[in-house]
Amino acid sequence: MGVEQQVIPKYKVATRSSHRTSRLLTQHMDWVTILLYFLLVAMGWMNIYAAVYSPDNIVNILSFDINSGKQLVWIGASFLLIIVLLVVDYKVYEHLAYPIYGGIILLLLVTLVVAKPIAGSRSWLDLGAGIRLQPAELAKFATALAVSKYLSNVNLRQQKFKDQMILAAITFVPPAIIILQNETGSALVFGAFILAFFREGMSPLILIIGGSAAAIFILTLLVPKLYLILGITVLMGLAVWMDYRLLRRIKTMAAMLLLVIGMIFSVDYFVNNILQPHQQNRIKALINPEADPLGYGWNVTQSKIAIGSGGFLGKGFLEGTQTKFDFVPEQSTDFIFCTIGEEHGWIGSTILIGLFVFLLIRIVGIAERQRSVFGRTYGYCVASIIFFHFLVNVGMTIGLAPVVGIPLPFFSYGGSSLWSFTILLFILIAIDANRSKDLARQ
Amino acid sequence: MKYLENRKYVIQGIFLLVGIVYALRLFYIQVVDSSYKQAAETNAIKTIIQYPFRGLIYDRNGQLLVQNTPVYDLMVVPKEVKQLDTLRLSSLLELPLEDVRERLKKARGFSYVQPSIFYQKLTTQDLAHIQDNLIDFPGFYINARTARGYPHQSLAHALGYIAEISPKQLEDSTYKGYRPGDYIGKSGIELEYENYLMGKRGVKYKMVNVRGVEKGPFKDGAYDTLSVAGQNLVSTIDLDLQAYGEKLMNGAKGSIVAIEPSTGEILAYVSAPFYDPNLFTGKDYGKNYMALLQDKDKTMFNRPIMADQNPPGSIFKLVQALIALEEGVISPSTRFACNKSLVNCHQHPSPLDLYGAVQHSCNPWFFQAYKMLLNQGKSKNTFTDTSIGLKDWREQVLTFGFGQKLGIDIPGEKKGIVASPEMYDRVYGKNRWKYSTIYSLSIGQGELGVTPLQMANFMSIVANRGYYVTPHIIRSVGDDGKPLKEYQERHYTSVNAKHYEPIVEGMAEVVRAGTARRANLSKVGIEVCGKTGTAQNPQGPDHAVFVAFAPKDNPKIAIAVYVEHGKWGGQSAAPIAGLMIEQYLTDTVTIKEQEKWVLSREYLNIKSK
Repeated sequence: MGVEQQVIPKYKVATRSSHRTSRLLTQHMDWVTILLYFLLVAMGWMNIYAAVYSPDNIVNILSFDINSGKQLVWIGASFLLIIVLLVVDYKVYEHLAYPIYGGIILLLLVTLVVAKPIAGSRSWLDLGAGIRLQPAELAKFATALAVSKYLSNVNLRQQKFKDQMILAAITFVPPAIIILQNETGSALVFGAFILAFFREGMSPLILIIGGSAAAIFILTLLVPKLYLILGITVLMGLAVWMDYRLLRRIKTMAAMLLLVIGMIFSVDYFVNNILQPHQQNRIKALINPEADPLGYGWNVTQSKIAIGSGGFLGKGFLEGTQTKFDFVPEQSTDFIFCTIGEEHGWIGSTILIGLFVFLLIRIVGIAERQRSVFGRTYGYCVASIIFFHFLVNVGMTIGLAPVVGIPLPFFSYGGSSLWSFTILLFILIAIDANRSKDLARQ
Repeated sequence: MKYLENRKYVIQGIFLLVGIVYALRLFYIQVVDSSYKQAAETNAIKTIIQYPFRGLIYDRNGQLLVQNTPVYDLMVVPKEVKQLDTLRLSSLLELPLEDVRERLKKARGFSYVQPSIFYQKLTTQDLAHIQDNLIDFPGFYINARTARGYPHQSLAHALGYIAEISPKQLEDSTYKGYRPGDYIGKSGIELEYENYLMGKRGVKYKMVNVRGVEKGPFKDGAYDTLSVAGQNLVSTIDLDLQAYGEKLMNGAKGSIVAIEPSTGEILAYVSAPFYDPNLFTGKDYGKNYMALLQDKDKTMFNRPIMADQNPPGSIFKLVQALIALEEGVISPSTRFACNKSLVNCHQHPSPLDLYGAVQHSCNPWFFQAYKMLLNQGKSKNTFTDTSIGLKDWREQVLTFGFGQKLGIDIPGEKKGIVASPEMYDRVYGKNRWKYSTIYSLSIGQGELGVTPLQMANFMSIVANRGYYVTPHIIRSVGDDGKPLKEYQERHYTSVNAKHYEPIVEGMAEVVRAGTARRANLSKVGIEVCGKTGTAQNPQGPDHAVFVAFAPKDNPKIAIAVYVEHGKWGGQSAAPIAGLMIEQYLTDTVTIKEQEKWVLSREYLNIKSK
């Protein structure tokens, strides 16, 4: 399969007056998405305050001594960033996609060399004056731009092995460097691009095989091996029973079964010999956090207790006890979702999940209405990245995903993360607001 | 193209599915399953640390060098503190009111639910007074712990001390497993053997509800562990000899290092001025430490291994002679005239052979011998020739353990200095220096720096006739008593064993009828071999050096004595060495007149030169 090549006419929209441009811009901006963005950022800010709030030592929400005060500075700076992103000629993002990507790669390499290790990770660039930047965060939007640019190339042949390899290289060079920086969590995010590739024509088999492999991996950890193998054999038998024609492919099916059994038996080796000890513990914590509730199971156990104790309606704003008394670590950053779960209950957390799902579906809608392959692919990349963060971050707090230190988009405390997601989203908003100028393309 | 566009439904479907799964999971955790609410009720798990006994340290004869004594810390759990009468607490602890508030704030800053130390190291007397009143202070309790104690006042520099782990160390991953408030070796043996001495902490987990009331052991104590005591160490030090050495050096500045040549075991390790190791154990530790750190005599300076900037003086003539013999440029019967126009000397018979030159420490003799050693005519250019000679010489000097760390098991050892062609090239330029520029090396002055430990180790080499075992202060770890295997290897020098004999004979003459007659022990039948030296000191009176070993055959002790501003090795350092040797070999001192002379410090008043 593959995408039929389109011939893009070299037609350009006549230059409009600047007044007209700005009016058009606000007219065509997707206000629903922007509203969702502001809602999430504001909710995040309130919850950061709740996470660091201590009933014995009440500090004003605006105080720069606590994370909520500092976050307000990051938020303010994000608004300036938004204005810049919208005012800049939207064409820039497409034209400068490769230079931006190259620049970020360089920055990642520089960071790898000069960064001082913080908690084992060499990913923070010290800019002086107490400001630190994590280039790994910026790599996400830069890679999204480069991937989109490459896929929009007229001469691209998706079936060609060479072109596929180049695309894979664009996607996986940044995470390779990020793994060297010991930020495995951030590197995993790049796997999310698979969703965007799927939309642009990648064989669904890859998605299915990838999904099944992940499912078998997790099932192997949770279910005894023998049962799992029996279960899969029975399923295959059922498939044959339902469709006799499959008998003709009995060799293929036997090979698949052997492959799956091989994978099941290699999972233990992978977990025990390939993963680093802290990664092993995260896997163990996922399977059975009760095995060591004070050691590796601490985060997951405490996080679930905090969320679980929230009940249906929650304990109320600033009333949480589990998050206040330091039971949950990293409350304002990676485990911010616990604060919502505890203080706002099932209603609050479900509303937040709803907001994220709504945002994601909306972004897919925006992507689909783009007339350029570049715009559409970029839109899907944005959705994929946000989705992956949401999936893993919320998943780990409720014991459905291993603990991976990646933030909840727009919500978690931290300037690098907030800015990177702001840039990611508002480049899409800018491209989308100007989509009418690409009228002639389809 | 349409079929690809339809894939958006698949993707949006995945998003929606994850959202629904998560909402359902949350519904289960938050609404259906009530166990999380109960867990939150009884959430707080209090950890009670049981500190292990730190390993003890014994001397070579089984005398206790380091022991543990009980001390008590007043702990506080901020969450449990109720209606605190700060005024009464301040009078109870004899602390200013502000200090009490400050400590409380610090404890809250550390953790609201975890215990932290409120007041450290109460003695048993303090405890009796406080304990009865403690019932009125909920949230405060006593935690018994042990601190280091010393039944003597010796060996502080080598033993080192322990103190609370620093915030910087806590951040360092090599100290993983340590917690704030833990004690850790900071210097000396305590630091070097930390891993053996520390033992293993025990932990008890107690469930505590949100109001801080204990609800019994967590999971019936399934995760509790007992503490495991640290391993005991056996030192090579002879505590009686050590104490005697400190008595002799009391009031002076300098070092004594005594080594058993055959094993490399350090028998005595004196760094003067010294301090009582008990100063670093009580609650006044911080005050005492700062006072010692700032004093003008540099008490904290670990002289035997760190004083590496001073030239060794005449004792280095022995090294020069050994290398010259090995190279074959001289023989024991080689004679040189005492030509004072080459380099200054004192009155003695002339010309002399090697034995006489060692006995009388004749400067011109070694000037000439060293010139023959460096300028062997390997190059026609005299500049290049000296450079080649110096390079070869340096390689041989390094085999004696000079210019490098010997690897003693006390942290902080310095390398010392051995002149190299590169060093002079940097100062004078390549081919701009020759023998006449660097001849001071021949008599142990100039670009040489040797630690007292290296001097003593050199005596081990001469005593062993050609090799040394790395000097060390710990013989064995744990109960099996097996010597540590890292200190079993013999390091041979570049000089053949036979060349040591004439040197040993010369050294015997030095003590019998030369410059070091104050170290003579022939009265008790011990033949001491030694060599005096003077390290030129531009800042004041010269430093005195004496190195020796005894007995001459089958030596049992090698020793280096370094007395700062001692002027003459024979007057100040030699009698100290003689006394130490006699004390070690016979357990008594008969040369009482020498002991009196040393303790009177009169040698400091002898007119210099």
